[in-house]
Amino acid sequence: MSRIIALAAGLVLAAFSANAQEQVTDFHLDNGMQVVVIEDHRAPVVQHMVWYRAGSADEPAGASGVAHFLEHLLFKGTDTLESGEFSATVAANGGRDNAFTSYDYTAYFQRVSADRLELMMRMESDRMVNLRLGEAEILTERDVIIEERNQRTENSPGALMREQLNAAQYLNHRYGVPIIGWRHEMETLSLEDALAFYRTYYAPNNAVLVVAGDVDPQEVLALANTYYGVLPANPDLKPRDRSVEPPQTSPRRMVFEDPRVAQPYVTRSYLAPERNPGDQKTAAALTMLAELLAGSTTSLMNERLQFEKNIAVYTGAFYSGSSLDQTTFNLTIVPAQGVSLEDAEAAMDVVLAEFMETGVNTEHLERIKMQMRASQIYARDSVESLANRYGRALSSGLTVADVQAWPDVLQEINEADVMAAAQLVFDDRQSVTGWLTGVTSEVSQ
Amino acid sequence: MRLFVIVAFAMLAALPVSAEVDIKEVTSPKGIPAWLVEEPSIPFVALEIRFRGGASLDLPSKRGATNLMTGLLEEGAGALDSQGFAKATEALAAQFGYSASDDTISISARFLTENRQEALELLRLSLLEPTFDEESLERVRGQVLAGIRSSEKDPNDIASRHFDALAFGDHPYGSSLEGTIESVAGLSREDIVTAHRNALALDRIYVAAVGDITEPELGALLDDLLGALPATGADLPARAELALSGGTTVVEFDTPQAVALFGHEGMDRDDEDFFAAYLLNTILGGGGFESRLMEEVRVKRGLTYGVYSYLVPKDLAALYLGSVSSANDRIAEAVEVIQSEWARTASEGVSAEELSKAKALLTGAYPLRFDGNGSIAQIMVGMQMQDLGVDYIATRNDNVNAVTLEDVNRVARELLAPDALQFVIVGKPEGL
Repeated sequence: MSRIIALAAGLVLAAFSANAQEQVTDFHLDNGMQVVVIEDHRAPVVQHMVWYRAGSADEPAGASGVAHFLEHLLFKGTDTLESGEFSATVAANGGRDNAFTSYDYTAYFQRVSADRLELMMRMESDRMVNLRLGEAEILTERDVIIEERNQRTENSPGALMREQLNAAQYLNHRYGVPIIGWRHEMETLSLEDALAFYRTYYAPNNAVLVVAGDVDPQEVLALANTYYGVLPANPDLKPRDRSVEPPQTSPRRMVFEDPRVAQPYVTRSYLAPERNPGDQKTAAALTMLAELLAGSTTSLMNERLQFEKNIAVYTGAFYSGSSLDQTTFNLTIVPAQGVSLEDAEAAMDVVLAEFMETGVNTEHLERIKMQMRASQIYARDSVESLANRYGRALSSGLTVADVQAWPDVLQEINEADVMAAAQLVFDDRQSVTGWLTGVTSEVSQ
Repeated sequence: MRLFVIVAFAMLAALPVSAEVDIKEVTSPKGIPAWLVEEPSIPFVALEIRFRGGASLDLPSKRGATNLMTGLLEEGAGALDSQGFAKATEALAAQFGYSASDDTISISARFLTENRQEALELLRLSLLEPTFDEESLERVRGQVLAGIRSSEKDPNDIASRHFDALAFGDHPYGSSLEGTIESVAGLSREDIVTAHRNALALDRIYVAAVGDITEPELGALLDDLLGALPATGADLPARAELALSGGTTVVEFDTPQAVALFGHEGMDRDDEDFFAAYLLNTILGGGGFESRLMEEVRVKRGLTYGVYSYLVPKDLAALYLGSVSSANDRIAEAVEVIQSEWARTASEGVSAEELSKAKALLTGAYPLRFDGNGSIAQIMVGMQMQDLGVDYIATRNDNVNAVTLEDVNRVARELLAPDALQFVIVGKPEGL
């Protein structure tokens, strides 16, 4: 017997009626695997995804990058599939497949004609438990991930600085270690490292199946029971208890110099709370705060620093609450030609101080809410992004109910909520400020 | 992520067949043509507009004018200044995107049914009555210049700029559409107005709409939105002469991983052998993990994270390009393997099994692309620009399947030219 929860959740928004609601059904299999079905019958396509609640922040010390390394290795053989046969079979069926790894999750997906769903489930459930790896292919694939690190990180001064910045932001939590891994540890990753991670975390009771597209929820459930439901749960799966940050009591600053930098900039991150089950209000307020400060042309930092004065060519504020543990709130300013990093940072701080003084522009907050309501409509045009939204949330500690409630929580945020969140997050003692620059003598250019 | 997804515009050739998509050819009362798919289930419309010509219409010494003009369309129009335009757009939750490429100016709009008229009036203002005020010009110029300075130290951008210059010399294709620091610094408001007048005209327009809108509504919309555009724009530039001669050019740049671009002459989109060439490229380097290049360079040797090849049929020239990146001490081997696969494929061709897999991939993928209002609108506007009829969709897979092994292997011999393959490598490659 599977538990069936049909969601008729009240996402209904005054301005848009029930049109804004996506069709979502969710189940749990007996072995603990969660299943989410999102219906979209406009095209005969299905997105089939398995999300493991295991990412780089779950890695053992000394083996950074192993979650991502294992992701690559899942495309090698199993008891019944040759190395490479998985993707070849997807391609032979006119589909495409890929995978991605983050701090809190590792996800695998195929996008295929809806009538090929069963084949995808057969293969994906197979590699959840039957992976077979050889020593030689491990070494070649390790070279591939090192080239991937070269491409994403070593060749990009901005990426190298973000790596250092994150490491300084987190004193005790694994979010301070890059997802792709530190190079010196990647170079020593072994077959046993990968298999140990696989045995610990790859099991149905640590996975979320998301199926989105032209499918019937009951048929998905029947197939899921056939292919995933028969796999044994891992009885030794531990709760995700990670090390916790100590009080952060000192602002950190860094200057990252690299001759490859053409456009210097200042970026700052603050430790920030994440979305939690049944408790998403602060995260919603921070989401609004980022929009108000630098979400669009009309936001405060842009208005003050690009329109009223020619201090910046770009300003940005970023916050994403989908995270298992404490996340960050980030600000960036790219100075205009002739403005120093020092002056740019000072100008940014003046705008922040002004915001804390004068508070939220109500009309602006209303515009943002209007856009967020509309985004519920636009989002329904891409079932793929809806599938990602659910998968990411459910593997980051949230529930289906939290995902469904989120738009309403955002709409309910008022001016005072935003200011309270800003007071909480703009604490210099919990911040890291980085300057990315060419060579020191060019700082003022 | 295991694999970067490369969005090559040649992928337009992989248009799916889908009986589900009911395309109507609409002509507005004033004679503006458009393709429409009515899809009332979500209360919004995706509208795609294209103007042929794009940044290649830049006048001599005015390189970057079309790109800067396109960036300024949303920076003030009619009585609204830049901030006023943005606030009005946000209040309606409409989404407008404006971009310039070598051959095209693209406008992508998404707007809600409930405020369609107001949203379209804003879009109309931005296309017909942009103010191009001095303040916005200076601000956006500053952003473009910052982008150009960054490109000058980005290995991928350095590689494309060198490759384009080698391939096309003085033709607009031979330089970046953003322009140079000098050319952009020298652009006046008058240059921007001229670029606008030259590029946005009815004799080169293509429109597709998908969503919650009917045929008569779209007809009226087209006239209101676009009817006042000038009838004609500037002449399109002449066809570009390809000046590549093969060999390897190294651009010294101190970075750990070398970036390589390679290519030679390609095939035009309207060539009768295009499907054969497309299948050939799927097998050689376009088919993701199943391609020969990926198998030899990444899977067997671990020399790169990704290696790809792609047909690039531009309006005024056709290229066959590829890219790879490897650590400085490994790039020479990657280049050698690519050259050898290119030569092997030219001389030996492909196998019947490889061809049948490539056909399965291309034809099987057909419904996957018609998966949303936005994507269908983009596909439809692209088909019109390629001069494909609505009936193309119904026959496309048959045309793919009709390609024979002899066709593909003849095209392999004719198209693949290992000795003409030009490599541009940015980094500090060893052994090259």
